[in-house]
Amino acid sequence: MDITFENVTYIYQQNTPFAHKAIQDLSFHIESGSIVAIIGHTGSGKSTLIQHLNGLSVPTEGEVRIGEYRLSQEHKPKDMKELRSRVGVVFQYPEHQLFEETVAKDIAFGPQNFGVPEAVIKERIKDVIPAVGLSESVLERSPFDLSGGQMRRVAIAGVLAVKPDVLVLDEPTAGLDPRGQKEIMDMFYRLHNEQDLTTVLVTHSMEDALKYADRILILNKGTKFMEGTPEEVFSQKEALQSVQLDVPEMVQFLNRFEEKFGQQIPFRNQSVEEIAQMIQQIIKELNQDE
Amino acid sequence: MRKKLVEFRNVSFRYGDEGPWVLKNCSFEIYENEWVAIIGHNGSGKSTIAKLLNGLLFPQEGEIIIDGKQVNEESIWNIRKEVGMVFQNPDNQFVGATVQDDVAFGMENRGVPREEMNKRISETLKAVRMQDYRLTEPHRLSGGQKQRVAIASVLAISPKVLILDEATAMLDPSGRKEIMETVGSIQDQRGLSLITITHDLQEVVQADRVIVMNNGELWKESTPREIFTQKEALRKIGLDVPFVAILTEELKHAGVHLGAAPLNHEELLEDLWTLHSRT
Amino acid sequence: MNNALIIGQYVPGDSLVHRLDPRTKITIIFFFVFIVFLANNIASYTLLTVFALASMLTSRVPIRFIIKGLTPVWFLIVFTFILHLFVTKEGTVIAEFWIFEFYSGGLIQGIAISVRFFLLILVTSLLTLTTTPIEITDAIEDMLHPLNRFKFPVHELALMMSISLRFIPTLLQETDKISRAQASRGVDFKTGPVKDRIQAIVPLLVPLFVSAFKRAEELAMAMEARGYQGGEGRTKLRELKIERNDIFIFILFAFVIAGLFMTRTYG
Repeated sequence: MDITFENVTYIYQQNTPFAHKAIQDLSFHIESGSIVAIIGHTGSGKSTLIQHLNGLSVPTEGEVRIGEYRLSQEHKPKDMKELRSRVGVVFQYPEHQLFEETVAKDIAFGPQNFGVPEAVIKERIKDVIPAVGLSESVLERSPFDLSGGQMRRVAIAGVLAVKPDVLVLDEPTAGLDPRGQKEIMDMFYRLHNEQDLTTVLVTHSMEDALKYADRILILNKGTKFMEGTPEEVFSQKEALQSVQLDVPEMVQFLNRFEEKFGQQIPFRNQSVEEIAQMIQQIIKELNQDE
Repeated sequence: MRKKLVEFRNVSFRYGDEGPWVLKNCSFEIYENEWVAIIGHNGSGKSTIAKLLNGLLFPQEGEIIIDGKQVNEESIWNIRKEVGMVFQNPDNQFVGATVQDDVAFGMENRGVPREEMNKRISETLKAVRMQDYRLTEPHRLSGGQKQRVAIASVLAISPKVLILDEATAMLDPSGRKEIMETVGSIQDQRGLSLITITHDLQEVVQADRVIVMNNGELWKESTPREIFTQKEALRKIGLDVPFVAILTEELKHAGVHLGAAPLNHEELLEDLWTLHSRT
Repeated sequence: MNNALIIGQYVPGDSLVHRLDPRTKITIIFFFVFIVFLANNIASYTLLTVFALASMLTSRVPIRFIIKGLTPVWFLIVFTFILHLFVTKEGTVIAEFWIFEFYSGGLIQGIAISVRFFLLILVTSLLTLTTTPIEITDAIEDMLHPLNRFKFPVHELALMMSISLRFIPTLLQETDKISRAQASRGVDFKTGPVKDRIQAIVPLLVPLFVSAFKRAEELAMAMEARGYQGGEGRTKLRELKIERNDIFIFILFAFVIAGLFMTRTYG
């Protein structure tokens, strides 16, 4: 589903002394089927943005369009359920939302709320368990007996079992060890491709944004600071640093390489292997020149 | 000779009498003024080491010696004065109603007189650059700020060993940076032993020594430089290596052989520069 | 993060009333509650009203906060007034309406009771408006101190209160987060039959309890690591101190009591 924000402003606690703007005049477009990374500091408006994607918040001004759904002060859908069944949100530390007696029941909870028939839910559980890297033996266990990493996978399975078209991921790897992080991100990447999803990834990791995203949106103080492909965004080191954001380590290195050797290796999201070969070339040429 | 502050002698630990061994026959030493990073996948036993260090848990086998004293039920009161700990969750270790109350908590427990408390609160809050937040309530602080308060609270007791048990894991990158800068400068000034339990490779690179845990066993103990040359082996036990180490290896494949394994950008570039000007 | 969150009703300020020792405030309110029942004529009521209003003005708490504090009891005040007006049949008839007769005694009693109510609520809410919850906790711990002799866990009680105060904002944020997550999974907290809405609480409560347990466990461990061993041998950073202002207020209040006994009607 295409997602469009048009001049969206959101004000918390409007008409009270505590009112504050979380998002201001924000416009952008996410193409159906793409992965977009949203990056920004704590308090940049990321969480508020996410809440607009499934109608937890409705813009104070402007309009959000998600597929055929419209959210604005003029178009407030009475029932958000349909929208929420099509936009799945994996919140930060999603394991905190588990509550049922068994893993199977917890995974079934979302689909049940959205009126999916029991027989279909059973099928979906069967599909979703291996997809998140769990074995069926956990289904009858209490989610609270599992390890932290397993609990997170159960929570993710609960979102996937609804079969959303859009998947919103709010720092899905927070608190995991390096292997867990990689496994979870690779899993989402695979699901994205297999199920033709539109994925919105909120992350602090420039490396993940570089590796997985088609486009990057950078938020600062509730407004759009920058938008583009990873190559476009990460080549603007100074601008990013002006809002205390780093570029991925590879880009940092290439910049310093250029400073030291006076030779530019243009950043095109290459692999480390390619970079190594280019460095080897440059050094060889430099030596031949002398 | 450097003074030995922490010693693990053949330590094994498990929860209950039936459970699997979480720590198996671990032995290592940590010296004064040293920064040691403990890494390992989740469940490798690293956090158990932290809890054993100040008597929140006791080993079934082996012994733990801190500054010459064995850790046991009788000594923990004194041990906890020597070993300060900062935990992972910024919220769940903030006891006080305000920043200054939280820093005071540990001192109150030890009966430090009020005048002295006020003095140390000012000192330690300054050391973590939180002096402007003395009367602030915790819910108005960011995660990084709360963790800095936690560090100040520990410093107020003047421990000899400071343990950060995944203290940056729940923070955003700027929060992490704040903490690591703070901790680095404190270690320089106070000369305490620093033990950081972490997944963050940047933290590991800064350490003097690394202890790698795997499934409850001490897998390897060495310098960061040496550890990160073992990319494949580390990957196998669920760990990562820094970009510089990966690039160094790829360069080797491409026929560029660097001398000692560089640890950061400067070293790598310097090595490349030498290579280029030598030939 | 919700920076606007205010625990209790505390309105920050630096007035004389704010600066008073919380024990002074609690003691005075305690006695005020008793002496309000001794007032029985215009002079004595006026005296107490002047005292209460003067405290209110000195506190410099904006009037809207005080009115807000009074709203839930407005109804009660008006109700008792009307009740007295209709039921009391003393004095002379001052008005008639349909089948009702209103007596002067009813009017006077109605006014007296309402003023009494109003004064009680005004003064007690002044305490919570000018004293932080943690100060109240400190005062309670200090004032209950003698109970220690009877093995009453005064320190633990105070610690419990201060920790719960400390965690109220954290748990509120958490509730917010979990309800958002469950709403995203199709839980409807706002509409539908009452039965469904009650059921919708379960997916909210269970995670909250689980997290509260986890927090408690971790907090206990952190406290232990920082050398907590119970109340014995502890010193305290927060210190309550009776100062000249407190003594001044006590004397002033003594005069008010004396004035009350002089003005009230006997016999």
